[in-house]
Amino acid sequence: MKLVRNLLDSIKPHFEEGGKLEKLFPVYDAFETFAFVPDHTTHSGAHIRDKIDMKRTMITVVMAMIPALIFGMWNVGYQHYLALGMESDLWTNLGFGALKVLPMVVVSYAVGLGVEFLFASIRKHQVNEGYLVSGMLIPLCMPVDVPLWMVGVATVFAVVIGKEVFGGTGMNILNPALTARAFLFFAYPTKMSGDQVWVNTSTQEGQTVVDGFSGATALGDLANTGSTQYSLSEMFFGTIPGSIGETSALAILIGAAVLLFTGIGSWRVMLSVFAGGAVMAAIFNAVAPYATSPEQIEFMSTGILEQLCLGGFLFGAVFMATDPVSAAQTNKGKFWYGFLIGFFAIMIRVFNPAYPEGMMLAILLMNVFAPLIDHYVVQANVKRRLKRVKA
Amino acid sequence: MSKDIRIRRGLDIPLEGQADRVLAPVAASETYVVKPTDFHGLTPKLTVREGDEVKAGSILFYDKYNEKVKFTSPVSGEVVEIIRGAKRKVLGVKILADKEINYETFEVGNASSMNRDQIIDMMCQSGLWPLLKRRPYNVIANPEDQPRDIFISSFDSAPLAQDNDFLVHGQEEDFQAGLDILGKLTEGKVHLTLDGNTNSSSVFSNAKGVEIHKIQGPHPAGNVGVQIHHIAPINKGEVIWTIRPQDILILGRFFKTGKFDLSKIIAIAGSEIEKPRYSKVIPGAQISTILADNLKSEKARIISGNVLTGEKVSLDGNLGFYADMVTAIPEGDHQEFMGWLAPGFKDYSTSRAYMSWLSPKKSYKLDTNLHGEERAYVITGEYEKVFPFDIYPVQLVKAIMIGDVEDLENLGIYEVSEEDFALCEFVCTSKINVQEVVREGLDMVRKEFS
Repeated sequence: MKLVRNLLDSIKPHFEEGGKLEKLFPVYDAFETFAFVPDHTTHSGAHIRDKIDMKRTMITVVMAMIPALIFGMWNVGYQHYLALGMESDLWTNLGFGALKVLPMVVVSYAVGLGVEFLFASIRKHQVNEGYLVSGMLIPLCMPVDVPLWMVGVATVFAVVIGKEVFGGTGMNILNPALTARAFLFFAYPTKMSGDQVWVNTSTQEGQTVVDGFSGATALGDLANTGSTQYSLSEMFFGTIPGSIGETSALAILIGAAVLLFTGIGSWRVMLSVFAGGAVMAAIFNAVAPYATSPEQIEFMSTGILEQLCLGGFLFGAVFMATDPVSAAQTNKGKFWYGFLIGFFAIMIRVFNPAYPEGMMLAILLMNVFAPLIDHYVVQANVKRRLKRVKA
Repeated sequence: MSKDIRIRRGLDIPLEGQADRVLAPVAASETYVVKPTDFHGLTPKLTVREGDEVKAGSILFYDKYNEKVKFTSPVSGEVVEIIRGAKRKVLGVKILADKEINYETFEVGNASSMNRDQIIDMMCQSGLWPLLKRRPYNVIANPEDQPRDIFISSFDSAPLAQDNDFLVHGQEEDFQAGLDILGKLTEGKVHLTLDGNTNSSSVFSNAKGVEIHKIQGPHPAGNVGVQIHHIAPINKGEVIWTIRPQDILILGRFFKTGKFDLSKIIAIAGSEIEKPRYSKVIPGAQISTILADNLKSEKARIISGNVLTGEKVSLDGNLGFYADMVTAIPEGDHQEFMGWLAPGFKDYSTSRAYMSWLSPKKSYKLDTNLHGEERAYVITGEYEKVFPFDIYPVQLVKAIMIGDVEDLENLGIYEVSEEDFALCEFVCTSKINVQEVVREGLDMVRKEFS
């Protein structure tokens, strides 16, 4: 601790005004405040302050994603060995998955923070902690077989176009992690959808993929054939193919519990996403008999619980929709925002002919509409005040 | 007709160092300083020079833009220094006090037979007028205004705040006399709001000629702005006057005796105080005499007022005109290694992101550390939890930052003052100095319409 302090103090002059690396002060500052909560004190107004700060908030969200990350790594290994028809234990699965997933996490953080540091230095502001969360979300919402360079490119796109052009953390309209995913989805659709990308089937000498293996996700099956081999409990525990972090409802719900208990995630958003999804699923259940093709009828009659456990719905509801910057900001607005995300996610999922998942598009769509929702909520308040004058 | 109000949104911060209900004597201060900076937005015009002799109640300066409003000396003695800051701005008038206070004599006669104008003149002349503040803007009332109502909050719900029930004990007569004076100042009502969480002193509950309300809930239930909002909110163009209980005693006393006697009882509280208790002092007194032998560490943060809204003062500083308490808490100028990552079993936070929820303490010793750097707004919904108004706080703050006066009006700037945002500032994850921003907004609107 003393050592770190001494080290930081010894290099500090280089970064201060007049120093050689003056321009990189925000980078230095980021590392210094990372190591030490600064000794800044209040000067006016409230002399005491809550202990919470942005770093703590963001790290808490990252912690909440750890169960999904670890389970995701295990599942990558599990799916891989299952596809090859090989026996594997917990540690082999985890080890294999870690080798696939951790590089993606590293690339995402390295590239993303690099861009953040660059912008902070140019714009001369402090490095914001928001990327700590985005950096973890990006790999978790990708299929395992996405090449690392694509993760890097998507990250640059997300940070620059998704965030910095709007003025940086706190000003962005779209969720940066989903911006990254959407970018890859539209730029490299073959790497982001279909039956080939969800399970790593790389073989070494002597290994083959088992006969009759289909790499399709449960949702893919449902969309194409109207039925899936996976049971509800498999969907809940997450032993199914899918994006790295999205498969296990259980792991995500543990994260949700952390977010809700600490008060950092918005219960309003989460609850209403589920409500919206459930309502849409129920509507589909009710009108399913009127659909034209048998597959469509089957897909539409998928149970509400299955719909909520499938695909990225839960992951999006818990970690993506709740991003406070891109969500609606008023409490009332959050209900509408969340409800419509759930509603549209299921609708897009069922009706989209090209790709059977709607969470990403639903969240991005509602990100765009969130300011409008807020506008109407706030205007209602303004009208109430004006009415009081007349009364 | 009285109303019982219950608010749910708010926060009582459990701090160490609550003052005991003991009145302990402190030595009289040698010098007193009257600070124009205590009165927000005031441009003082001095009427005294260094070396002048003054009595308690002699005019020191007046408001350049409203000459009627005068500011007088709280004690008698010699003006020893005009303290000036940058651009010769007057920061204070320092008076070397006599051992025995000589009072100016004011012919108050029989207060009950005086009319409104006579009372206002008398209050202005004697320097009592600044006790009355106005909403919107939370600045000194304008004697030319016709207030819709006058609001009084009988209690202060801020952390460690003084217990008004204790302060007014046994002074029914002065309090009632003050209320009677106030009743003449408005054609509307005088509203007195009691603490619904406890049984208020009979001085308050038996008050006559006022409309009594009760409000229950956490801080900021005691903020007069919150009470106005829930009883009869301020609309555009309306003016409300507010005054605090001890100032009503001062008012009542003045019209009985004709003496400008500002002395009042203040709480001396906080975790850096040896013996937290009450003392009788005169505003303007030196902090060092008030805290003599009662401070644990010279390095403490001393605040004239409460921890949420008070003003930072040094030991050679002076008690503010409106301060009802002096608080001392530890300075937080220390670095914390990986503090944002530590479990934080002992750190007070309204979120449960620190583990202190596992072992909640009865009271905490909070210091002045910011616990982080300022950031853009990211987290939403946290102000709303501690802001009991039908107003969108973040939207209002953002409108101020942008400087859109019309938006400010629509979003309810008239109903708030900076103190109402103190808790927002406390809980803010982005460490934004919200009170400063709100003050700026109030000034912006005030300038626009003056």
